[in-house]
Parts: sequence; C-alpha cells; structure tokens
Amino acid sequence: MSTVEQSAEVGGSTSTPVPSHDGGGGAHGHDPHATATGVTNTKLAMWLFLSSDCLFFGAFIAAYLLYRGRPGQVGPSPSDLFDIPFTSATSFILLMSSLTMVLALAAIQRGDHRRVRIWLLATALLGATFIGGQVFEFTEFTREGLTVSESVFGSTFYLLTGFHGAHVTIGIIWLLSLWGLSNAGRLEQGDSERVEIAGLYWHFVDVVWIVIFTVIYLVPQPGS
Amino acid sequence: MTTVAESPSAVAVHRPLVLRRPTATTGAWSWFTTVDHKKIGIMYGALALVFFLIGGIEALLIRVQLFQPNGTVLTAGQYNQLFTMHGTTMVFLVGMPMAVAFGNYFVPLMIGARDVAFPRLNAFGFWVVAAGGVFLYSSFFLGGAPDGGWFGYTPLTSTPIDAGFLPGRGPDFWAVGIIMLGIGSTTSAINFIATILNLRAPGMTLMRMPVFVWMMLVVAFLTLFAMPIITVALIMVFTDRNFDTTFFLATKGGDPLLYQHLFWLFGHPEVYILILPGMGIVSETLPVFSRKPLFGYAVVVFSGIAIGFLGWGVWAHHMFATGLGPVAIAAFGLSTMLIAIPTGVKIFNWLGTVWKGSVRLTTAMLFSLGFIAMFTLGGLSGVLHSIVPSDTQQTDTYFVVAHFHYVLVGGLIFAVFGGMYYWLPKVFGRMLDERLGKVNFWTFLIGFNLTFFPMHLLGLYGMPRRTYRYDSGLGWDGMNQIVSVGAFIIALSTLLFVVNVIVSIGLKRGAVAGNDPWDGRTLEWSISSPPPEYNFAEVPEVESRDDFWHRKYTEDDHGHLLPLPSGGAETAATQHSAAAHETGGHGIHMPSPSIYPLVLALGLLPIGYAAVFKSWVPLIIGVVVLAFGMYAWGIEPATDES
Repeated sequence: MSTVEQSAEVGGSTSTPVPSHDGGGGAHGHDPHATATGVTNTKLAMWLFLSSDCLFFGAFIAAYLLYRGRPGQVGPSPSDLFDIPFTSATSFILLMSSLTMVLALAAIQRGDHRRVRIWLLATALLGATFIGGQVFEFTEFTREGLTVSESVFGSTFYLLTGFHGAHVTIGIIWLLSLWGLSNAGRLEQGDSERVEIAGLYWHFVDVVWIVIFTVIYLVPQPGS
Repeated sequence: MTTVAESPSAVAVHRPLVLRRPTATTGAWSWFTTVDHKKIGIMYGALALVFFLIGGIEALLIRVQLFQPNGTVLTAGQYNQLFTMHGTTMVFLVGMPMAVAFGNYFVPLMIGARDVAFPRLNAFGFWVVAAGGVFLYSSFFLGGAPDGGWFGYTPLTSTPIDAGFLPGRGPDFWAVGIIMLGIGSTTSAINFIATILNLRAPGMTLMRMPVFVWMMLVVAFLTLFAMPIITVALIMVFTDRNFDTTFFLATKGGDPLLYQHLFWLFGHPEVYILILPGMGIVSETLPVFSRKPLFGYAVVVFSGIAIGFLGWGVWAHHMFATGLGPVAIAAFGLSTMLIAIPTGVKIFNWLGTVWKGSVRLTTAMLFSLGFIAMFTLGGLSGVLHSIVPSDTQQTDTYFVVAHFHYVLVGGLIFAVFGGMYYWLPKVFGRMLDERLGKVNFWTFLIGFNLTFFPMHLLGLYGMPRRTYRYDSGLGWDGMNQIVSVGAFIIALSTLLFVVNVIVSIGLKRGAVAGNDPWDGRTLEWSISSPPPEYNFAEVPEVESRDDFWHRKYTEDDHGHLLPLPSGGAETAATQHSAAAHETGGHGIHMPSPSIYPLVLALGLLPIGYAAVFKSWVPLIIGVVVLAFGMYAWGIEPATDES
C-alpha cells in the first residue's frame, strides 16, 4: 500500500525554523535534515513498519521451527516434496530483483526516466516469475498430497510461504503503480524517495525469503 | 512527492481521479474528514468513553448474575459472551484508544509541533478502530458475540464451528475484529514514533521531553512489536476454524500451547501498553499540583524504558500451570520479580515528587494520588504471581481478577480520570466542576475497593474465574454481594463524571479555563484553551525541561520561586495571540481534510464480514473500495494549496 504521505508543509510565516512536516522534504527545497532525526517521516515510517513485519514473519517462522519434524505426522514429508534446484532458481531470480530495484532507484536519482521504467518493470517481472514458481510449487505439492489440513507441516509451510508470496504480490502491484505514475509523467526526479521507500519494502521481502528458504528448504529435517 | 506548489497544472491533472476535496473545518461533516490531531484525539476519547460505558454495563450484568448463589439472570452462554466482550472491550476499545486519545491530543502540543507526522494515517487509525468496534459488537446481532474469553485459548476457540465447542461465529468475529483493531493501533504507533522523533520543536531534546511523551514513545514501540504476534496467532485460530489447518490440533501434531505462548508474548507487553500511558499522565499531574519538578526525571524515563524491555521476558508467568518445566518456570519467575524493580522505582519517584511540595488537592491530584496507592496494591499482588507455588494456587481464581483490576482500573482508569480533570479544560476551554469531581473521586475510590478488594479473598477461598454461577454454602455469598454493590457504586461514580462533563462543558456551566488554569509546566499550557487549529502561532524554542515553567518562574538564592515579570503566563499568552492575530492563522498551511482515511476503513469492514461469513460479494466490494481509497489517497496531495 502506498502509505507514502505526500508533502504537507506546515510551515509558518515566521522566521522560526519549523520541523518540516512532509514526507520528502526535498520537494520544497527544504533542508532534508529539517526533521529532528534527519530521517524523513516517510522513510522512518517504512522502517518502523518493516520492523513490525519482522515480528509477523518471526511468529510464523517460530511456529514452523516448533513443528519441524514432529513425529506422528501423516502425508508427504519435506524430503518427498522439495525440488531444491528448482526453488534455488526461483530464489535466485527473486534476489536478482533486488539488483534491478537498486538500478531503478539510481536511475530516478539521475533523472533518467526511461531507465526508471525499464528497471521498475524488470523488478516487477522478476518478482512475478518468483510468484509463478511458487504457484507451480503449491500446485505440485497439493497434487502430491500436501494440503493445509494434512499435517502441521502443511499448515506452517503454506501459511508462512503463502504470506511471503502475498507480500511479494503487494510489492509487484506497488512497483507497477510507480511504473504507471512514471508513464503518466508524474514520477519526477524529486520524487525519488517514493522509489526508495518501495525499494526498502522490496529488499526486506527478499531478505525474509533468504531466511525462509534457509529454514524450510536447506536446513535438513530431523529424522529425515 | 507531487510538487503541487511548483506546477499548478499538476493539480488539474489530479482532479479527475479523486473525489471533491472536503474543505469544511467546522460542522458535523468536518469530523468525518478531519486530519487535525486534536479533533481525532477528541474522537478517540469519545469512542473510548462510550465503550467504557458499554463494557461497564456488561460488568454490571455479570455482577447482577453473581449477586447471589445460583443466579438466574443470565444463561451460561450469555454469561460467556458478556465476560469475553467485557475484557475485549476494556482492553482493545477502552484502554488502548483512551491512551491514544490523550497521546493524539497532547503529544504534538507537548513537543511544540503543529500536527502529527502523518495526519491522514492518524485519521485512518481512528476510523479502523471505530470500524473494528462496530464489527465486534455487530456480532451480538449476527448469531452471538465472542464467548471464548478475551484471550481466546485454543483448542476451545480454534476448533471448527461444526465440532460444537463454541456455538456461533463468536470466535471468528473476535479474531477478525482484533486483527482490524491491530491495524489501527499499528498505524497510530508508527505515527507516534515518527511524530515524537521527528517533529520536536527546536531545543526539545529527548531528555527535555515531558514524561508523558516518553511513555507514549515506549508504548508505541511495544504496540509496534506486539500487534504482529497476536495477528499471527489470530490468523492461525481463524484458519484452524475455517480452513482446517492444524496449528492447534493435537491429533495432527499441533500444539495448543503454542497459542498461549504467542498470545502472552503479545499479551504481557499489552499490559504495559495499557499502564505506561497512565504512568505518563500522573508524571505530569503530580509535579504540577505539587509545584515541584518531577523527582528523578531521568530515572523515571529509564525505568519506563526498562519496563518496555523487560516486558518481553515475562510472558510465561501467565502459563505457570501448564507444565512448562522447572527451568522455564524459574526463569520466568525471576524475570517477573525483576520487572517489579523499575515499577517500584517509579512509585518512589512519584512519592518524592509530592514530598514537601505545596500540594493542591484538586480532583486531578486526588485521582493521581489514588493511582499511586491503588497501583501499588495491584503491583504487590502481581509480585505474588512471580512466586510460582503461590501463582499455581491463585491461577484461574478471582485473586487474579482482583490483581489485574487493581492494575488496570486502579492504575490506568484512575490516571485517565485524573488526566480528564487536568486536561479537559485545555481541550474545551471550560473547567470541570471540582465539587462534583471530588464526589466523583471518593465514590470511585470506595466503589473500586468494595468491588475488587473482596475478590482477593474470594480467590484465596477458591472461587474460580469465568463461572456463571456458584453454590451457596461455600463462604462466598456475602463477599459476592459486597462486590456487586461496589460495582454499582463505580457505575454511579462514572455517571457523575459524565454529568460533570455534560454540565460543565456541554452546557458551558464550567468556569472559563484560560490558558493556564493549573499553573502548568509544559508547552500545552502556553497556548489558548482550546488551542487554535495550528497549535502554535510561533513554534516555541525550548531551552529546558518544563520550559513553560521556567518562562514563568525563576529561583532566588534560597530556592524560593520568583515569578518572572516578563515571561509570565499572561505575557506569553498575549504574545501568542498577538502573533496569531497578526497572521490570522492564514499564513500557516495545515494539512487539508481528506475523506480517504474513512473510505479505507470502510473498505476493511466488508472484508471482515466476508472473512466471517465466507462470502465473495462483500470481499469484492471491500477490495474495490480499499483499492480505490488507496490510489486516491496516494494521488491526493496532503495539503491543498488553493
């Protein structure tokens, strides 16, 4: 969701330096350090949201770890299902999308709008490829008998990776929205913070995937 | 950022996509579109007060049922709904919004800011909480309210509806409703942190901030990290009930105890989310009515932060009876004892503040002193729970009910009443009646102790919580009658408060407050009552802690206060009103009203119903409204320059 608050200058007609009341101070030619911390409100808000989201994934990961390798589970086990080379490939694609995200940010900071659009679209496409891989994986696993109701492995696996997939999907919609804004000529060089904030979210989702991929796919299950 | 100011044509481009920009700042409609932190604060306060009355009525029904043995007023099912909704309401719809109400109104004023960091997000947070409240209470008319207790233990709540553990969709409403309320409190937490860290006036360093602001900062961090955990736990309950996941289903390898860990990992920080704002309020009132600075400011601040950290390491003391094993039990018993230290330190700081002060026993001061006494009692019974054998005996008895009501009513609610008498004159410009206020205080104090003190004994005599009736001849009859009478005295006292507000403020019978009726110490008293929309005509330059006080007074060599001739309240006030008059407030651009916070919150409502009733139509409606609201919000500039 683009919680990007837009510029709201609550500056007075006085000479007193007023803490700039906006998201991206630069747009109005203010000193970007006008906030007491030097970090703009919007960027601070995104960092705070991501810190909160860490606990969201943390709770699901904790549940996964608690239930990992529980005895007495029926249905297919992780070793029956996982195709590590395939998931490694889609994971690599997702990680590469962080690179294109950085290139998009660099492009808008230079004012190169054509490249902004290329890299935003590339990031969204790489993300969509990852989601495609996840959909394929989910379909495959379900066909092989792992459902959410089959075992605690099924429940924790699908909800943890599913919520991560939902985060990526929201990120894709966000990137495409920025791409649309840029096409309409409404993503100026001065708006680079909008891309930067989306980038923070995108990188966060990538980092979370590194953790999930390691915990679920790479760490061997006890007793398997 | 959309550079509205630079290219007027951009404004024209924006128009077709958005609804007509609301402009009214007065009148009924303006309340739906306002982004003014003060109006939103008032709405939070009104919402919390209304739900306080509703939750109170639920408590009274419970006490009518328990007035005598084998009560017949309520059925078991009704009783379950009432105690569940009483707890849920008081925690999520009274305690949290009430703290946010005070924070919304006074944090910007106390740090010398003109609004919060995200005015529209602030409005969104309020509307989501209001929508969540409506959603939860609509369950009464849609097949029964939540009835699994405010903490909704699994597998009772997580078992699918057709298994018949809990009839009706109560737990679904409960899970989805609390997730909605969590969205609201998370956004307001982000807003508080950004506001407090970023929008402080020049010179307002962190260690010059009023303690109330500090406590709201700690609370915001606790909220930020606690809400996602309960959200996950509720998602698991919801999917277990509705999509046959097996998180808490023992036959498929699930562990119902996981829920308790997740719930209390949220739930114990939640206790501090509720009490720290109250500690902040009395840390403001006690110095003012003792005419002394807060004793040991830094220690109070760091104790608050220490409570914030330690609060994450004590959750399993809610689970001593579940068989965690000796190591875990010993560790959590010790950490629970440890957290009593910073709490106890604060009590001595407050006593030290009052000690040898020129104490004025106003209603606000009485409630603050009542807070210290009652909260100390609640704290002491809390320490008992850190002693595991003692806790195992008391678990699930009325002793626990007594304990947390001493902390939350004796703590939070006493502080809230004190804060109301202290700050409402600033909010509405009229004093509350002091005579009625004192009757309010004494009846509340008496009613409170009559209600909750005997519960300690009832618990020790073995009366279990959450039973809708009890046999006679167990030695509980007389005390239950005292408790029920006490509950009605509390209700009467609360009504006195409502009457006081209606008469003094609604009917404008109260004395005109003026800028600084209490000879205050903090910045909010330097501006008019009620404050202008832009708060400060000129953003203050802060030079010290209790800055406004030091503008009014200096000390001679013997430490006696001397009023400063030039920096007095009147002069400062005149300066401010003169400056405001000069500009007429027109030179100050405030964020413009917006309809989209309300639109977004209304989009969440049908999604909630769709989740409970598993119906596609409201889901699609909700998603469409939500998407429209988000894009329109994103495109709409926060401030209309025209």
